[in-house]
Amino acid sequence: MAEATGLRNLQIVDDWAADIEVFRGVPWGKAMMWIFLLSDTFIFTCFLTAYMTVRMTTAEPWPNPSEVFALEAFGVPVPLLLIAIMTFILITSSGTMAMAVNMGYRRKRGPAALLMVVTAILGASFVGMQAFEWTKLIIDEGVRPWGNPMGAPQFGSAFFMITGFHGLHVSAGVIYLAIVAWRVWRGHYEQQGYDIVEITGLYWHFVDLVWVFIFAFFYLW
Amino acid sequence: MAVEAQIPYQEAMEVHHPHSWITKYWFSQDHKVIAIQYGITAIGVGLVALALSALMRLQLGFPDTFDFIDPEAYYQFITMHGMIMVIYLLTALLLGGFGNYLIPLMCGARDMVFPFVNMISYHVYFLSVIVLLASYFVPGGPTGAGWTLYPPQAILEGTPGVDWGILTMLGSLAIFIVAFTMGGLNYVTTILQARTRGMTLMRMPLSVWGIFIATVLGLLAFPALFVSAIMMILDKTIGTSFFMPAVSSLGETLDYSGGSPLLFQHLFWFFGHPEVYIVALPAFGIVSDLISTHARKNIFGYRMMVWAIVAIGVLSFIVWAHHMYVSGMHPWFGFFFATTTLIIAVPTAIKVYNWTLTLWRANIHLTVPMLFAIAFIITFVMGGITGLFLGNVIVDVPLSDTYFVVAHFHMVMGVAPILVIFGAIYHWYPKMTGKMLNDTLGHIHFWVTFLGTYIIYYPMHYLGFVGVPRRYFANGEMAIIDSSVEMLNQSITIAALIVGIFQIVFLWNLIYSYYRGKDSGHNPWKATTLEWQTPETPPRHGNWEDNQLPTVHRWAYDYSVPGAEDDFVPQTVPQTAPRSDA
Repeated sequence: MAEATGLRNLQIVDDWAADIEVFRGVPWGKAMMWIFLLSDTFIFTCFLTAYMTVRMTTAEPWPNPSEVFALEAFGVPVPLLLIAIMTFILITSSGTMAMAVNMGYRRKRGPAALLMVVTAILGASFVGMQAFEWTKLIIDEGVRPWGNPMGAPQFGSAFFMITGFHGLHVSAGVIYLAIVAWRVWRGHYEQQGYDIVEITGLYWHFVDLVWVFIFAFFYLW
Repeated sequence: MAVEAQIPYQEAMEVHHPHSWITKYWFSQDHKVIAIQYGITAIGVGLVALALSALMRLQLGFPDTFDFIDPEAYYQFITMHGMIMVIYLLTALLLGGFGNYLIPLMCGARDMVFPFVNMISYHVYFLSVIVLLASYFVPGGPTGAGWTLYPPQAILEGTPGVDWGILTMLGSLAIFIVAFTMGGLNYVTTILQARTRGMTLMRMPLSVWGIFIATVLGLLAFPALFVSAIMMILDKTIGTSFFMPAVSSLGETLDYSGGSPLLFQHLFWFFGHPEVYIVALPAFGIVSDLISTHARKNIFGYRMMVWAIVAIGVLSFIVWAHHMYVSGMHPWFGFFFATTTLIIAVPTAIKVYNWTLTLWRANIHLTVPMLFAIAFIITFVMGGITGLFLGNVIVDVPLSDTYFVVAHFHMVMGVAPILVIFGAIYHWYPKMTGKMLNDTLGHIHFWVTFLGTYIIYYPMHYLGFVGVPRRYFANGEMAIIDSSVEMLNQSITIAALIVGIFQIVFLWNLIYSYYRGKDSGHNPWKATTLEWQTPETPPRHGNWEDNQLPTVHRWAYDYSVPGAEDDFVPQTVPQTAPRSDA
């Protein structure tokens, strides 16, 4: 590779095409997680595109999200109150996750594990509130996957499918975080280093980011 | 420069040493065993699909003869044949089989980066095959919706297997995608992050490039199928209306309303078209290596070959709606997708020219793998050229849903990759077993398969031109059908049965040679790539010597280098004066 001609003058091409690793110093697990998340992005993109398509094809009016997702507080219906709290909690959990990554690399096992547990608890409370929201929609408002009193049946279909699939991701993330936190606490990664905390964090931030898109496309539109 | 760099993890990677028969041959974490598991399962389920095609041909050639083939059964044959061949045979064999076997060996790695995940991948794939085959044992049998599974018909009364078959099919696909994702992440990460010293991206054999880009396509395309499978399961089971407009079925208004059948077609083909290249790109890569090795000449235009693979991969994501010209989508889309479709012909033609130019004035050895490789080029050009017809909206409209389409896709993505798979098995069988496959049986197998292909599929182009519609159980007394059609259908059926039966020769060869074949030695084809330089044949678990991975000094195509002693220089031989990859 000594002779630098044409494209090879670009350092980045040299770096990427060099032997052994394309991404220098990136552990296997981290590379694999990034690629997985790319693939998962396509899943959520397909879900959201499908939702937007059926929202356009359905002949019936689309229910008004700010009324459907309103929550009674102090006797007045506040639009999107619960969703705002849920979004706030999830974004906060991304913050605690980032702190856990920092603590991991500084080899502070205790704080790293603790912050991961906090992240997991915030995630679990997000899922709990989602369960509350589902219950409210199903029991009080009569929304079903195949129909609802407010308008287009696709509203319920898309809502339960997309938030359900995202909720499964969050639940899986909570379990994942709990396992990794437990092993960090036990000192399982002392030898190999704390990349695993960052890898878990990548997944967690991704789930958080997906929520932002679901929030924007489903609740705000 | 960076040759002295550490190889993180890989050099001293601990391989999981098996302790019992079960962990060695069934729950093995060795990529070579997993590859062979994938291969055997895929070939096994492929034989089911082959038998189904024979049944279809019996009906088409001799209608009103076989009582046990009724229209329902015929549609189930079509559906299962198509789905098995595309997904469970071709995808699984090329990526799960050859991908698993070749990537670590050709890149100089001990194993895949996550062998345990790789092992799970196979077993989940096996589960998906079981669920798929279970279709035959559920009430109503497998679905008869056609491999494209278009709603609304796929989930409405009147389609065979509407109660259970469609659910086992969709469930099986979802499980397959999970399996593929676990395997695919391993393949991509291994290629990106676990090559040996000196193995730069531009020294990788084209097989690895083809498998690499195909896997990336799979990871980005299968999500669309996964999502549409989930939505169709929901439509079927709990009555959502994602794909279902307001429908009356058998005089009864159903509860569906407002969904979009076109949405399914878009999602399906957003997966379905890249799928064509998921099957084709590994075949492109492998055939390049076969041609170069057996023609004793470096591949012509290596860099262009790599970029052509990448370009085809990128383009394959923006052509999907050329499968939907007659679906009722906006004609402007047709214009756009026809343009992108025809642009794909450019990188594809680069590849075909480069294969031909590699053969030009080469020292061609007409071994069995080489015969299959040449047969592939011819067949692929045939199928590719009819693709130009179908890519044009105005020509496609009259040809759509005729036997011309059947002939086209069987040539280009059915037979062509299968020919490469045969060639590849004849080529790498010695590395997998240490024995050569029998040459005479190989020649018989080749000539019957190759000539048979043309006797089967050439006339189908004509059938399409005279307007014979595809997917019809019987043509009956249709006035548009020429009287020559009947005779052609009979001859096609007879040829298809003969070709089908002669695959036994191939299977027998695989078994016979394993026990009685002559020893191959380490490098029977005098090939340059790393997998032929292993210390043992078949390579042991871990592939290379302990604590020592091979070092690569040159590209994979140093054949007939002027001034060199042999007519091939393995990639592990250090560079001296005559170098050719500068």
